[in-house]
Amino acid sequence: MRVSRRTLLYLALLALALAVPLLGNTYYTRFATQIAMYGMAALSVDLLLGYVGLITFGQAAFVGVGAYVAGMLTVAGVQDALIVWPAAILGAIAFALIIGALSLRTEGFQFIMVTLAFAQMVYYIAESLRSYGGDNGFTVPRRNTLAGMSLANHTVFYYVVLALLIAVMVFAARLVKSEFGMVIRGRRDNERRLAAIGFPPFRYKFAAFLIAAGIAGLSGALMTNHARFVSPAIASWQVSGQLLAMVILGSAGTLMGPIFGAAIYLVFQQVLSDYTDHWMIFFGPLIVARVLFVREGLWGMLVRALGAHEIPAPRRPVAEDRGAAE
Amino acid sequence: MTAMLETVHLFKSFGALQVTDDVSLTVEEGEVHALIGPNGAGKTTLIGQITGELAPDAGEIRFAGRDITALATASRARMGLARSFQITSIFPSFTAEGNVALAVQATEKHSFRFWRPAETIERLHRPARQLLRQLGIVERADTIAAGMAHGEHRQLEIAMALATQPRMLLLDEPMAGLGLEESQAMLTLLGRLKGQYSILLIEHDMDVVFTLADRISVLVNGRVIASGDAEAIRNDPQVRVAYLGEDDEFGAPDA
Amino acid sequence: MTLALFIEQVFNGVQFGLMLFLMAVGVTLVFGIMRVINLAHGSLFMIGGYFLVEAYNRTHSYLLAVVIALIGVVVVGAVLEILVLRPLYSRGHLDQVLATFGLTMFFNEAVVVIWGRVPLNLAIPSFLAGHVQIFPGVNYPVYRLAITGAAIACGLLLYLLIRYTRMGALIRAGSDKREIVEALGINIGLLYTAVFGLGAALAGLAGMMTGPLLSVESGMGDPILILTLVVIVIGGSGSVRGALVGALLVGVFDTFSRVMLPRLFGLSAGSALVGMAVYVLMAVVLVFSRTGLFAAHRG
Repeated sequence: MRVSRRTLLYLALLALALAVPLLGNTYYTRFATQIAMYGMAALSVDLLLGYVGLITFGQAAFVGVGAYVAGMLTVAGVQDALIVWPAAILGAIAFALIIGALSLRTEGFQFIMVTLAFAQMVYYIAESLRSYGGDNGFTVPRRNTLAGMSLANHTVFYYVVLALLIAVMVFAARLVKSEFGMVIRGRRDNERRLAAIGFPPFRYKFAAFLIAAGIAGLSGALMTNHARFVSPAIASWQVSGQLLAMVILGSAGTLMGPIFGAAIYLVFQQVLSDYTDHWMIFFGPLIVARVLFVREGLWGMLVRALGAHEIPAPRRPVAEDRGAAE
Repeated sequence: MTAMLETVHLFKSFGALQVTDDVSLTVEEGEVHALIGPNGAGKTTLIGQITGELAPDAGEIRFAGRDITALATASRARMGLARSFQITSIFPSFTAEGNVALAVQATEKHSFRFWRPAETIERLHRPARQLLRQLGIVERADTIAAGMAHGEHRQLEIAMALATQPRMLLLDEPMAGLGLEESQAMLTLLGRLKGQYSILLIEHDMDVVFTLADRISVLVNGRVIASGDAEAIRNDPQVRVAYLGEDDEFGAPDA
Repeated sequence: MTLALFIEQVFNGVQFGLMLFLMAVGVTLVFGIMRVINLAHGSLFMIGGYFLVEAYNRTHSYLLAVVIALIGVVVVGAVLEILVLRPLYSRGHLDQVLATFGLTMFFNEAVVVIWGRVPLNLAIPSFLAGHVQIFPGVNYPVYRLAITGAAIACGLLLYLLIRYTRMGALIRAGSDKREIVEALGINIGLLYTAVFGLGAALAGLAGMMTGPLLSVESGMGDPILILTLVVIVIGGSGSVRGALVGALLVGVFDTFSRVMLPRLFGLSAGSALVGMAVYVLMAVVLVFSRTGLFAAHRG
């Protein structure tokens, strides 16, 4: 069995990810955990952006719902991650049912504004929860336990998060190639044609929206566990914007791209803020510059540079490279 | 015998402009009914109402006896009303085979399947390849649709319409933009389809129309001014003036 | 609720609504004509406030400061349009929201670099201080009446501009028939800069007027931007009339819900509902009309 360059690339990245705790400094392990969690959230944005073709400025709402559900349950005494984390996912999906039903009827500019507005609504609701700290949020006394195993150790928690991220990526990879994925991509290509052959577009758009919300909710629950803290800031539109930025920094329309983008974003943020408190004054223009001057995300560039494009299934002659186009 | 498709006193206006003016048409089962008319006659709007993209102001549309006036486009397609577009409307990022396979997929009850890669599903791809073969473009099966030639696009349009196992085809100017050879091929293809499906054919190419059509209706300024077989239409004075003649003026039907 | 309180809140609601209208006009014109989503509009609001404080501290004349600050905001707006917005006209929505989002980050931090993190206080000018009795039992701040009046004046000027001037006609034509306008030899780039500058001026003005009522601080424009977007969703994008109706609706609704809901439902539940109130309104409008009440364009 000949191993493709792409597989080698994946394996190399996996090895890198697994090796982080070996550096011996929990700071790096915690940082890598952050990348993994934000990568997961960014992936959920890319599912909508790169595959369904929806620009959402409101994904942070679902991250926030997941975070709050996890926090509230843990504070109320529910310890088991196998209960808390699915509950966070379901909570996010429940919100997505309402928000999606209303916002998916709109398009383009309207959709962006509506998702942004509803996300802010979640933020303001969180702010108003006085018994949960309101604006300041609240701390969670300890992390959840996973089937009895404590997650207090940062390395253990990191590996759990990494495993979940990989599971989500595998699920997403199958999803976009599945029959469901075909409908979604068809809708992005040509919604009119999709309806003309007999697919009612709304229900598929809606399902994708719910799935993305669930993934975002999971990332939120993980974030609460990581910091043992949750506050309304996690649901703000600024976070939504950050997630979008991560996606395009990495390469939209790919699965690895958002993870890459999260890594770049967080590393830049860390490096810049070491120099100055006012790192945003550089970061803002950086994002503007990326949008105006650079055509491709970093994952796409890397894949091209290494020649590690996806090889299509062997039974047919080699088709044109689809690479990791944005 | 119930007609396959029936429009009953269809009206539609955009502001002050009456674009569809009391159109009552039928397409009988198995017939080829051609709809001709000058540009601006309202053919596109009429198609839009039949496929469900536009809502008529008044009137009814019936398909196989059922009232579909309020049904969404996708529902009508699932009932067996397939359409090809005048301006190529395909899925550009999919391969040719992928395009047709997606159309085959549309015939399934639902597509909420998340795990198996669609391209490995033979149930979808075998009929897709078959159709591409029938239309003579099977060598292009793995080409990304965006990269195909215009003539191949027109064939892909038909393939996708056929893939949904329709009862009726609504063909919107299938000859549009085709060269001589390609037109011949398309004509042969349409000839093969004749009789297998009920067809509403919108066309400008009069040779094609007179060769294929069992009945012809002429649409001018939103109204059907004449309807009948090829002979009747050829000899109809109003039609000569309005459409087949050299004049620019579309003489209004005699009061 | 007493009649006095009711009247006071109606006035507050209308005043707030008019502020939102000034903001919404800028965003909706820019979207309607240039098809660009500008999330940095809240920053222009904020810059208006900061410029006014700075200008007032230096000149000690309120009116002079307003003029200087206004010019400043328009200049910033024009520079923004030329440097950042122009390349975005041909790009998609995603590029536009991200680039303007980056701008927001930049501006929020820039004001901190220049003026520090401590919120600035902008005093109400002495000739607008005090209260006046607008109704038996209702003493209403003169300042609020003044800015309401100013906003109405702006609205009227805008109406006259769009209806009766050449630029107004170009604005109305430019959105639909850009090629024709260009073919007529009119410098469409200049038109766009002018439109953007106009929007910036209105936003800056809104920021200056609201400054004394809130405090001038980094990020003050963000919640206003959100509400502005809600206004546009409700009113319909591209429509100035929709912006007015939507803004007044949102302004009054928001003001009343802040006062009424805690009274009706207690402090906890009440404040949660207040957070949701405006969005519920938006949701209701969306159920009835996907594109808003007066949409000029879809999507």
